[in-house]
Amino acid sequence: MSNLALPAIVLVTLVTVTIGVYGVRFARTTSDFLVASRVVSPTWNAAAIGGEYLSAASFLGVAGLVLANGVDMLWYPVGFAAGYLALLLFVAAPLRRSGAFTLPDFCEVRLGSRWLRRLATGFVVFIGWLYLVPQLQGAGLTLETITGAPSWVGAVVVGTVVTGNVALGGMRSITFVQAFQYWLKLTALAFPVVFLLMAWQGDGRPAITDGVGEEWLLPHTGGGAPEALFETYSLILATFLGTMGLPHVLVRFYTNPDGAAARRTTLVVLGLVGLFYLFPPLYGVLGRVYTPELAENDPDAVVLVLPGVVLGMGVLGQVLGALVAAGAFAAFLSTSSGLLTSVAGVLSTDVLARGSSSGTARDFRIASLIAGVVPMVLALQVAELEVSRVVGLAFAVAASSFCPLLVLGIWWRGLTDVGAAAGIIAGGGAAALAVLLTVLGLPLEGWVGVITGHPAAWTVPLAFGVMVVVSLATRHRLPPTVGKTMLRLHAPDSLHL
Amino acid sequence: MTQPEGTQPKGGRERAQAQPEQTLPQRVRIVLAEVARRRRATRQELTEQTKVGDALIRGLIRAQLALALRLAIVVLIGLGSLPLLFVLAPGVASARIGGIPLPWLLLGVVAYPFLFGIGWVHTRMSERNEREFANLVGRPDRHE
Repeated sequence: MSNLALPAIVLVTLVTVTIGVYGVRFARTTSDFLVASRVVSPTWNAAAIGGEYLSAASFLGVAGLVLANGVDMLWYPVGFAAGYLALLLFVAAPLRRSGAFTLPDFCEVRLGSRWLRRLATGFVVFIGWLYLVPQLQGAGLTLETITGAPSWVGAVVVGTVVTGNVALGGMRSITFVQAFQYWLKLTALAFPVVFLLMAWQGDGRPAITDGVGEEWLLPHTGGGAPEALFETYSLILATFLGTMGLPHVLVRFYTNPDGAAARRTTLVVLGLVGLFYLFPPLYGVLGRVYTPELAENDPDAVVLVLPGVVLGMGVLGQVLGALVAAGAFAAFLSTSSGLLTSVAGVLSTDVLARGSSSGTARDFRIASLIAGVVPMVLALQVAELEVSRVVGLAFAVAASSFCPLLVLGIWWRGLTDVGAAAGIIAGGGAAALAVLLTVLGLPLEGWVGVITGHPAAWTVPLAFGVMVVVSLATRHRLPPTVGKTMLRLHAPDSLHL
Repeated sequence: MTQPEGTQPKGGRERAQAQPEQTLPQRVRIVLAEVARRRRATRQELTEQTKVGDALIRGLIRAQLALALRLAIVVLIGLGSLPLLFVLAPGVASARIGGIPLPWLLLGVVAYPFLFGIGWVHTRMSERNEREFANLVGRPDRHE
């Protein structure tokens, strides 16, 4: 492995911390501290959303899955990007106009219910932690691949840096950090791949030689088995609809000045994220050619290992190896920061503040520590799964709980608090249960394994169905303010109603 | 309610009242305070949830939802049908363009500009819906 990789990782970490500390000097009041004063421009905001979103799952995991399983895995990046289209079509502008800063806020704005707010808080924390654990494990894997250090070292280092940074810097600093991280991640994948492709061309364009050939190249290995089709559609549903329910994505929308800006920001994000996803599959394909042995034991490491294997240990291989390692660390730092900020946000306002005044900066710091330590402990205890798989499961839970809440809440007057809660408990609860069974590694065979390993195809319709039916049955609980709320969500910004 | 109906006939009615047969428009006395009052009245219809105000905002919501659903269906057909297509038509799955298998090309490259294009269309058309709604509400002649 590259000798420059470790210094590169240290550099990225130091720069991230420095920008974080620098950002603190701007943060004057509590509201500045929490929402970056809403003065962030759409382009910065979009880059920040992209930087926060492109996690270890995108940077390492997608290439690893493609290497191991072939073309079907391309649905992961397509879905990760398409989630922003669903967000744009159904949620972006009305959500911004609602003024909600977090998902629990939205519950209260739309349905005026404190206990529904509690339930939403629980799901935000669950999704946040489920998403954080693979980030930290990915950091462990990266440091292990580069230095041979035991895998807990990376998890603890990233966990500590991020927790400290979030607790001390708040969100203003994070906007700048995240925007910087997007461009770093894009460069760190796009630049080396040019050299990798040139080397592949120079080698006479070698084909895949390890015998998987056709089967790996074609969709639905096993001749279109119904299980494979179910899994693919489940994945599509989870990723397309899950993005809008991810806690760290929604927080960012509050930093747009109005609904129209939220829409434009989302469109830019869709472009930036789509641009990024052109590159990881190339690593997976080149990995099939040059490092097929990784497919069996360590697919997530392919992005890190490939430059050294293909380009040799000369200066070029070393520099590019260091670059991808730096990009991977940027991915862990930025996504973890974003997740931690939102988990800490709901913990400080909904759990620590105990209904008194909304969370203070001090509550937020305490909440950051709690929010950071728990996933760190889990990352060390839970067995490692493929990074993208676990993240895909987090999407499934979000798609089965918050997606129906947001879509029905924004477009249907008939939603009641009881209906929303029933849908979240039925769909989100079922998805969460399926995820826990999968993560704990129970040996489930056949269709039981399929529907627990890829739950979204049945939990998303379940959540929508239960929400609608129970809302219709509890029509007397319709909030009296629903007309006013709908007007606020949908009236054009220019009217200033 | 669709927006073109909301804006166009009104202009026609105004002309019909102001100048029945003439080609030259008649001079109309404009009192600014009156205009402002009428404008406020339409806004009040909205904020006070009168029947008219309610119908107005429901119309906008329906137009925006119809737009989002139409575009979602385009994505459903364009991308969502691919897994099924690959199963039902193995020839498509094993086809190659420029040496690259078609599924890799579609999912690895083409999907992203497609998604962005749909998003771009949505941004434009939803902003147009809102502009037309704002014009409708802002029109001084709505309450005569």
